[in-house]
Amino acid sequence: MQTHGFEEILSRHPVFAGFDGATLALLAGCARNEHVNAGAIIYFEGDPADRMYLIRHGDVAVEIGTPERDPIIVETLHPDDILGWSWMVPPYRHMSQARATTDLRVVSLDGACLRRKCDDNPALGYMMFKHLLPHMAQRVRALRLQVLDLYGTASS
Amino acid sequence: MTVQPASHAADPMVPRRFRVDRAWSEIDGVASIELRPIDGGPVAFKPGQFNMLYAFGVGEIAVSISGDAAQRDRLVHTTRAVGAVSRAITQLNEGDMVGVRGPFGSAWPIAGQTGRHAGFVAGGLGLAPLRPAIYHVLANRSDYAGLTLIYGARSPQDLLYADEVARWKSRFDVEVEVTVDHAAPGWTGRVGVVTTVMDRALAGGDPALISAFLCGPEIMMRYGVMTLEAAGVGLDRIWVSLERNMKCAIGFCGHCQFGPTFVCRDGPVYRHDQIAHLINKSEV
Repeated sequence: MQTHGFEEILSRHPVFAGFDGATLALLAGCARNEHVNAGAIIYFEGDPADRMYLIRHGDVAVEIGTPERDPIIVETLHPDDILGWSWMVPPYRHMSQARATTDLRVVSLDGACLRRKCDDNPALGYMMFKHLLPHMAQRVRALRLQVLDLYGTASS
Repeated sequence: MTVQPASHAADPMVPRRFRVDRAWSEIDGVASIELRPIDGGPVAFKPGQFNMLYAFGVGEIAVSISGDAAQRDRLVHTTRAVGAVSRAITQLNEGDMVGVRGPFGSAWPIAGQTGRHAGFVAGGLGLAPLRPAIYHVLANRSDYAGLTLIYGARSPQDLLYADEVARWKSRFDVEVEVTVDHAAPGWTGRVGVVTTVMDRALAGGDPALISAFLCGPEIMMRYGVMTLEAAGVGLDRIWVSLERNMKCAIGFCGHCQFGPTFVCRDGPVYRHDQIAHLINKSEV
């Protein structure tokens, strides 16, 4: 498998920018390119969370389904964002659904492959979590603000 | 900065009579009115200032001025119906009369930021007090290094001045990012809080060049300031507009006390480094 291109792509991504060449080569072995057409569902809620997606081009809507109503978009993701954290946390199932709102190009990383490499190499595992955690924390902070429904009572 | 009421008002407690020239709905529960003075005299205000609007027989409230300060013959106010007085103001029709005291309070120091990148961060109806400053930069665009507006609202239906914001976005010399807290399928814009968009807008730019103006819910501004500070924007280049219970508007009654200041007189626009020690104190 040609992984050299993936190493370069990963090295330019904010999460992996500090990784050395050998580590990037290791991760690149789990990577593949994907293209998703606008409007297509990338995964449904409850699906096995077997991939992490690095968005290269295009936009994604993260949606929560509601009975007898249209789903609600709770977050949109854009180039350089990461889609899908559930591959890190048992039972490895998606808690929301993701839809491409435009034509989408992503690099996806196989979750089982990443977990196996992290288990085999704890230093890599630590580094992965150390670099991913700030992004997850940023998303949690944003969601906290979102649930406050701040604008409901604002006045001029 | 304290700006004295216009000189035509001998007594700042006496309202001047204005006629509603136009009245229109903006979004659900929010309406704008365009007012002309009965006395035919000029109208003068600075971006960021507010007036006390008196709905005759109902009461008086503070409402920021949301029109263009370059138009010296009219006032525009945008109000959300949240109480008896604001509801009465949102229900005014063409030809109705209102009393106006003002303008009061401090202003966005936008005229003093030439050569810099003006960054506006608005949440909800916070776009209304920022709009006069945006008009100023748009009218003098070549004097500024850049103009960015980041605007957040609850949902696509709650976006204020949506058509006007879309027109700004279509300009090649203005950066506009709109985001909502949640949306139904079909919305092709962003969903997420303004701080997320700020992170992106700030990436790669020169923070030393930015002058930031924030208006919206206080928690949003707090997180917005944290985001700006983390990106390297100095607190002495960040201004926020605060909202408190303003009654007299001239610093007498004390209802809007904010630490050692009165928001009606010393605010509503504050440079952040001057209030940073107060803004996170729940007692204040």
